[in-house]
Amino acid sequence: MAMTEQRVSYTLDSSLETIDNAEEKAAIIATELGFADDEVMQISMAVREGAVNAVLHGNAYAPDKKVTLAFERMGDDLVITIRDQGPGMDLSKIPNPLAPENLLKTSGRGIFLMRSFMDVVEIRPSGTGTELKLIKHVHGPSAGGKEASQ
Amino acid sequence: MTMKVSSRQVDGVTIIDCSGRITLGEGSVVLRDTVRDVLSKGNKKIVLNLQNVNYIDSSGIGELVSAFTTTKNQGGELKLLNLTKKVNDLLQITKLYTVFDVKDDEASAVKSFK
Repeated sequence: MAMTEQRVSYTLDSSLETIDNAEEKAAIIATELGFADDEVMQISMAVREGAVNAVLHGNAYAPDKKVTLAFERMGDDLVITIRDQGPGMDLSKIPNPLAPENLLKTSGRGIFLMRSFMDVVEIRPSGTGTELKLIKHVHGPSAGGKEASQ
Repeated sequence: MTMKVSSRQVDGVTIIDCSGRITLGEGSVVLRDTVRDVLSKGNKKIVLNLQNVNYIDSSGIGELVSAFTTTKNQGGELKLLNLTKKVNDLLQITKLYTVFDVKDDEASAVKSFK
């Protein structure tokens, strides 16, 4: 791999194995970049949640649809991009998982966790898929990240 | 590491010892099936011992919530025991720590059931 290069990308099937692979690759790359152990966990978990969204909610396990995963070192940032080929998500329908009425829901926490763990989370839905961008500052704070936008 | 569970009885309380990862796929299914099996046998006092659960994702969190509500809806009670720091942190940031009854030693967990 990759962090001797500036960018590496993978085209992956819409499968559960892809989710595990994405998480594993994120952990390896984050470790190579020198992130602390807790940051490596945060990054790999955010990537896992992004991959879950791409495989399940985006591509809906369709065998003819792919997930593209890219890691890029840009200055002091690790930039991770996950794209699916699904119908695109409606951001207005994402509930706040911390609202009392949603606390006991069994789903809907993935994006919240990504925002908790990364410095920037950008979600760009379109009719041909959703692009998710996750950014972690290489020498940034170790916890408590926040999103720049949806 | 895949999820493994085993259950045992202590003073009328079913303790489910979990180890590995509770994540989308096999780990979540194993937990769900185990809790349903315990409930189907009439055991409604359940402790999930998560001491050896080293990883949990949002699907796994959802399974914990599902286990909690399923047990409650059947007139039972489900408590969590021995959270690792990672799982504890996740329950804190998702505010679920306020929902679950979390214990850190088995004896007091067993005694806490009415």
